[in-house]
Amino acid sequence: MPNIKELDVNGTRRRIDADPDRMLLSVLRDDLELTGTKYGCGEGQCAACTVLLDGQPVKSCITRVGSAAGKRVLTIEGLAPAGQLHPVQQAFLNADAMQCGWCTPGMILGAVALLKATPNPTEAQIVSGMNGHICRCGTYPRIVRAIQAAAGKGGAA
Amino acid sequence: MTRRDFLAALGGGITVLLVEDDIFAQESGRGGARQVSQEVSAWLHIGEDGVVKAYTGKVEVGQNARTSLTAAVAEELRVPVGSVQFVMGDTDQTPYDGGTVGSSTSPRMFPQIRNAAATAREMLVDVAARKWGVDRAAVAIANGKATAGSRSAGFGELTQGQKLVQTIPANAAVTPAAQWKVAGTSVPKVAGREIVTGAHKYPFDIARPGMLHAKVLYPPQFGAKLASLDKSAAEAMPGVKVVRETLTSPRAGFGAEVVGVVAPDADTAAKALAALRAEWTPETGESSSKDVFAYFKQNASGLATNGGLTAYTIAYIAHVPLEPRAAVAEWSGGKLTVWTGTQRPFGVRSELAEQFKISEENVRVAMPDTGSGYGGKHNGDAAMEAAIFAKAVGQPVKRNWTREEEMTWAYYRPGALIEVGGKANPDGSIAGWEQHNYNGGPSALNTPYNVKGAREQVHQTKTPLRQGSYRCLAGTGNNFARECYMDELAHSVNLDPLEFRLRNASNDDRLVAVIQAAAEKFGWKNRKKAAGRGFGMSAGFEKGGHVATFAEVDVAAGAVKVVRVVEAFECGAVINPEHLRNQIEGAVAMGLGGALYERIDFAGGKIATNRLSRYRVPRFADMPAIESVLVDRRDLPPAGAGECPIMGVAPAVANAIFDATGQRVRSLPMLPLGGGAGAV
Repeated sequence: MPNIKELDVNGTRRRIDADPDRMLLSVLRDDLELTGTKYGCGEGQCAACTVLLDGQPVKSCITRVGSAAGKRVLTIEGLAPAGQLHPVQQAFLNADAMQCGWCTPGMILGAVALLKATPNPTEAQIVSGMNGHICRCGTYPRIVRAIQAAAGKGGAA
Repeated sequence: MTRRDFLAALGGGITVLLVEDDIFAQESGRGGARQVSQEVSAWLHIGEDGVVKAYTGKVEVGQNARTSLTAAVAEELRVPVGSVQFVMGDTDQTPYDGGTVGSSTSPRMFPQIRNAAATAREMLVDVAARKWGVDRAAVAIANGKATAGSRSAGFGELTQGQKLVQTIPANAAVTPAAQWKVAGTSVPKVAGREIVTGAHKYPFDIARPGMLHAKVLYPPQFGAKLASLDKSAAEAMPGVKVVRETLTSPRAGFGAEVVGVVAPDADTAAKALAALRAEWTPETGESSSKDVFAYFKQNASGLATNGGLTAYTIAYIAHVPLEPRAAVAEWSGGKLTVWTGTQRPFGVRSELAEQFKISEENVRVAMPDTGSGYGGKHNGDAAMEAAIFAKAVGQPVKRNWTREEEMTWAYYRPGALIEVGGKANPDGSIAGWEQHNYNGGPSALNTPYNVKGAREQVHQTKTPLRQGSYRCLAGTGNNFARECYMDELAHSVNLDPLEFRLRNASNDDRLVAVIQAAAEKFGWKNRKKAAGRGFGMSAGFEKGGHVATFAEVDVAAGAVKVVRVVEAFECGAVINPEHLRNQIEGAVAMGLGGALYERIDFAGGKIATNRLSRYRVPRFADMPAIESVLVDRRDLPPAGAGECPIMGVAPAVANAIFDATGQRVRSLPMLPLGGGAGAV
């Protein structure tokens, strides 16, 4: 398979020149300098690297860039393009749903996808939907509250 | 006012130097006591534009020190929080600091910053009074301005960007906690917006022009020595260089030899690393996670213990900071700059200066706000590797650790064997007490209860793994063993565990207060027994904080679900209630991992649990309902909150499991019940 030459990231066509077997995380961070997407484990266990591919959450540390070609990639940098925070971002701030913040971008994108699929989730749906994400600082209950709050404020938008 | 007038008005600066003692615990690297400036200008600067810049050697790893210290400046200088910029953990810009360790920021740096800012505020009063020819008492400082009658001036206008030359007096005019308007309130996380937008640059994210990427060849097991190296295949790859250097201070388990590859990008570096052909002289590897507790005792120093003690075992566990170690190093004209995530930037500076035999003035270590530490980032392993490679190739080098490297080659919370003995009198008093900790350490070893002649001892021994600091250190094990045994004593004299503790805590009003506050919130007296359901409690004191924890568990077929945890915590005057709650709740969540699941399995010098797929940390579905109770003592100075709250949950859960099952669990982690590496 030839190198991937173009990637649709955050609504912009970005020129790249990447072996299709490289991981999407590496291309985003190292080639496109979109460092808001975080490495946590390299094996899809912590979901810190979550981005949306055509609206679906994927773990970019185990997603080959070849499989992202031709699809819309949304990273945390593209969630508030005009400076106006997305309701989920604002809800995380309001609930103080972070400590060190390393898991936060992936957590927020996971929550955006969850609310898109389930606009008014129960607590149990939030817990099962987000269980693949690790917050080592242990702010889980606050993240649940943030997602609940965002659900009432157009977080699924 | 001219510059000369300004300096004259403030008088000459007499520099008073205080000695700051370093707080070292195990793997804390080198450093030593240093003198810390008590000049206001070392801590604060007001620009001509009125922007307040503050400086501290402390670092931000998610514990919200940046926010609490910013609040201290805003409080004393009477400026909005948003007008304060805090420079943290940069050895070229900030005063020396022994490290963001031991819950020391709130008890030591918070008053330091308050004193500096209050002194600066009084200087501004002096300058304004002199400028306008009015009495000091006529000058008011508020909202970033000085006013007297109809006259008003911004801070920038008053100082004109000059250095604030004055020694901070011992009796600086700080605002009493009872009158706080900013401190003591839930100031939102400073720089939270940069986190939720992905804009913040963590150490892992730092890039420099011309930067290359490095990978390190680690031994296949602890202690193995490199016998031969064929680097031809790696060196044949475009842009790849192989570097081989020697550490002046060898790393435990790793040794002195650093071998690695440098490449134009991270993927090529990984391929080049895989292309290195190395042969190793194997090492047997002393002990394993199965027999390590007997190993501790066999190799222990100190007096022999009496027989008949009850043994508790504490596994080695990993910090698992979600951002692994990372560094970028750059050499320029003999001067080294390293951006890295460490809790001890000044300690890392010393390590680097020693390695390269250059003066500390020629080393700058800067720490961007980092993806957590929990006591696990005291040293400069990644910084050292990046600096060695950058020097060898003459270009900036990034060295980001993988998760496997972080879980294998960092250091662990020490494993421990803890032995406890003592008995209760029929009246509920404690007749005698002894507690011995092998390998773990002294934190929270001393009982807070009324015991005459308690015998408490740490026994040094050998460790098969590299070990170091951890959130609350050995307090996680010592408090577990003591509070579980206290529960046994309560039952031995048929006393309610709450009543037994209250009878024995009368020497410590602060401990009684948190126990009562948590018991009330939990509804201990009205708890309802049901099949498979249990209730337990614990209490303790460490790092200036008092904690009481109550837990409710469901046990069915050996599976344990922690349903609810209530934790009351008192750490003096509360600086930020919301952030304090976040710390307490987060400590309970993290503490559940060490309590129930987390254990480093090792044998023959190899770590089996070296990835997140093999090492279980708490997740959303593991969370109980967590409720925190703040006991705010405005009459007491603030203590830290990052550590002590973690040590309550394990014993409370173990005692609740006993309540549900009649089975005493004496090993951490507790699951699987009746299994694990606990037996000695």
